[in-house]
Amino acid sequence: MDTAQAGATSKTVTFRIWRQDGPGGEGHYDEFRVPYGKGSNVVSCLMEIQRNPVTVQGQKVAPVVWDAACLEEVCGSCAININGRVRMACSALIDKLEQPITLEPMKKFPVVRDLTVDRQRMFESLKRVKGWIPVDGTHNLGPGPRQSPKDQATMYVLSTCISCGSCLEACPQVTLDNTFVGAAPISQARLFNMHPTGKLNAEERTRSLMGPGGIQDCGKAQNCVKVCPKEIPLVTSIAVMNREVSKLVIKDIFFQEEESKHTAGPG
Amino acid sequence: MAAAARFTVVGGGLAGLMTTIKLAEAGHHVDVLSIVPVKRSHSVCAQGGINGAVNTKGEGDHPDIHVKDTLRGGDFLAEQTSVKGMCYAAPGIIYMLDRMGVTFNRTSEGLLDFRRFGGTLHHRTAFAGATTGQQLLYALDEQVRRYESEGKVTKYEFWEWLGTVKDESGRCIGSVAVDLRTMEIRTFPAEAVCLATGGPGIVFGRSTNSIINTGTAAGRAYLEGAIYANGEFIQVHPTSIPGEDKLRLMSESVRGEGGRVWVPRKKGDTRSPRDIPESERFYFLEEKYPKYKNLVPRDVATREIFTVCREMGLGIGGKDGVYLDVTHIPAATLDAKIKGVMEIYEKFVGDDPRHTPMIIFPGMHYSMGGLYVNFEADPRTLTPVDGSPKNQSTNIPGLYAAGEADYAFHGGNRLGANSLLSCIYSGMIGGPAMAAYAKNNATSAEAKSDRYFNDAKKYWDDRFATLKKMAGSENPYQISKELGELMTENCTVVRYNDRLKKTVEKIREMKVRWKSCNVLDTGNLANRSLSFTNQLWNMLELGEVIATSALMRDESRGAHYKPEFSLPEPKSKDPREDPQWMELWKKRHEKWAKTTIAKHSEEGPKISYEDISTPVLEPEPRWYA
Repeated sequence: MDTAQAGATSKTVTFRIWRQDGPGGEGHYDEFRVPYGKGSNVVSCLMEIQRNPVTVQGQKVAPVVWDAACLEEVCGSCAININGRVRMACSALIDKLEQPITLEPMKKFPVVRDLTVDRQRMFESLKRVKGWIPVDGTHNLGPGPRQSPKDQATMYVLSTCISCGSCLEACPQVTLDNTFVGAAPISQARLFNMHPTGKLNAEERTRSLMGPGGIQDCGKAQNCVKVCPKEIPLVTSIAVMNREVSKLVIKDIFFQEEESKHTAGPG
Repeated sequence: MAAAARFTVVGGGLAGLMTTIKLAEAGHHVDVLSIVPVKRSHSVCAQGGINGAVNTKGEGDHPDIHVKDTLRGGDFLAEQTSVKGMCYAAPGIIYMLDRMGVTFNRTSEGLLDFRRFGGTLHHRTAFAGATTGQQLLYALDEQVRRYESEGKVTKYEFWEWLGTVKDESGRCIGSVAVDLRTMEIRTFPAEAVCLATGGPGIVFGRSTNSIINTGTAAGRAYLEGAIYANGEFIQVHPTSIPGEDKLRLMSESVRGEGGRVWVPRKKGDTRSPRDIPESERFYFLEEKYPKYKNLVPRDVATREIFTVCREMGLGIGGKDGVYLDVTHIPAATLDAKIKGVMEIYEKFVGDDPRHTPMIIFPGMHYSMGGLYVNFEADPRTLTPVDGSPKNQSTNIPGLYAAGEADYAFHGGNRLGANSLLSCIYSGMIGGPAMAAYAKNNATSAEAKSDRYFNDAKKYWDDRFATLKKMAGSENPYQISKELGELMTENCTVVRYNDRLKKTVEKIREMKVRWKSCNVLDTGNLANRSLSFTNQLWNMLELGEVIATSALMRDESRGAHYKPEFSLPEPKSKDPREDPQWMELWKKRHEKWAKTTIAKHSEEGPKISYEDISTPVLEPEPRWYA
């Protein structure tokens, strides 16, 4: 080890972490100091705290509870607020953060404990928009439809959504107790509507975005696209689906008029 | 059994979800238990692709060649009939995924594109950028969500499987699990249970695995009498980026798309890589393996990188690390095909690999070994019989295993892009096997006496109550870290018997230390330390199995490399042309071409060996030059 690195090992990182024993309870901050390592990120520091859960004041406490799995920004588990901004903890490098580093749970989802929240809402929305291709079965039916590399490129990006919830967290229209689905599921509806087979059910999916909690709740703040860790063009997705919903609304009005003409009958 | 029966699938990765889909599709009800929302399972981490001999490139590829590459890649330790079944099913599996909407890369004609991967000379790997695992998992996740919305699947996410419920005959009639949020413990009666719980990466501390991959379920099943097979076969991926918290995988697809591995020829060369002229670069894989070049199988590439760094001292800056170079490939090509991994490197290291060669080093990646499972082979096709209850069944009646948790498909070394395939294939045959097993059973699990379920629940209630009182001086996370360092040091690329002996002793010491653990957290909600302390015991058990199995196998095969027991280099380039060497090889092969069987006992793992039948392909020495 060269001297520069040897010096670095004595460096420490200070954290201010939100603690909350359960849903809806009171909370407080605990302060921790952990050794600095080259390339450290927020998760590696939280692991360090597990091995020595003692606060700066010398108090032994329970290790911080947080969610994480892949540590390479592809599972979507570890979204938390870091210094007031929602992001993935695994890719939050200590070198790029101002200290003390404040860690808080996302605020748009109910807290389970400490930094963990319940994001079931995200998955329920995927059911609402019927985010799947309704295949006939898993038996061998030959290849799928041909697709252009250009369409694939567009769909691939939409399909990298990790359901982390960052877009909901940053959205001023989403609150703990309302039903607005937020950007991610809207973008998923766009993805499946683009697919040659998914198109067959496009209207159903578009219709799912109408009504309470649907796309009209979007206030066009465009925060979602700024915080998306996968850089998914969420605002474009919302615009595309908005247009689809509008078309459907017009179609509905037209059909209602047509229908009333027919049902009215002569005389 | 009623026409629609209730089953439990543990684990929501590719293997678990495919098992679930097969059962739900047949009209059954499935309870899916997963420690994380299934969409966050470790399958998301797979990058490069999925193999299938679809043969769209005019190369004359065929499932038989895929079989041969896989069996050879695994150094003839894989279960041959299941490998054949898998390779023959592969094109259909890729088409199924395509129909489910996986955003596979396309050719200009709109067909699926395929790329090269290690251990084969064919373009056989279908891919979706460099996040193929994520895309495949999402496709299955979406299909399961569809069944969930129809009421055929119930997900129990943030539930951890603790153990089986057995009747007096030893048949598995359900499971016990704990809700990781409320800490409620309950039983799940099931006609059959499938463990699709992934590999044991965290037993090695830092690996390319997700931190949820502790192997705890497989470890517990082993404690309950399930056989753990080929535990010593641990794949160390040649190319990962070392990090404080994990070793981040740099996909084999980087080399599949033309990435080159090299070090400066001159020891201690301090020049920037871009200033080192071509003639002063040592492309050691290309020089030694002119046919496969950078795409030799992983065990081979890993050993070469190890040799270059540790023995020749040619690692970059005198340290562990070699260049993985894609700077000669146009940035647009890289972005279209492997953007996912380019971004990981950029984000976690800070350099742009499009312009600066990456620095990588091998990292623990995958367990070829796992829970022993059976197959019923059709003597005519030499592939698993469709719908046989035997397929994917462990030695505990009613308990099945699939995916990385089983031992069958990869032998001594797994080929890249065969893991996603084996996960899905094992689910495709495992689901129908469970249904057939239930159909053949005279009594259903639900009709079994409540006593079995009550006793099992009480066992776990008591165990968790005892764990929660643990107030000793040892920190379970610290023991886990030490276990990881011990395993990585002694049970990965190069293995020595004296060190393995010490490793087993140290693990036993850790088991003693475990008894003085402090559970750290007395909370009643989301008490992760409590669940981790329980898991740690199972990790120590698996560590002991892996180290003991490695100690006992005195040969080099696939990923298991013991210099003390390796054969000398053959005198000819093709070893078959050196009759003396062939004699040595045959003797060695006959002694060790056997499946390692580990059974639990109080004194430690009992190791025995099972002969391998080779109806599909006669073993031969493996060479890639």
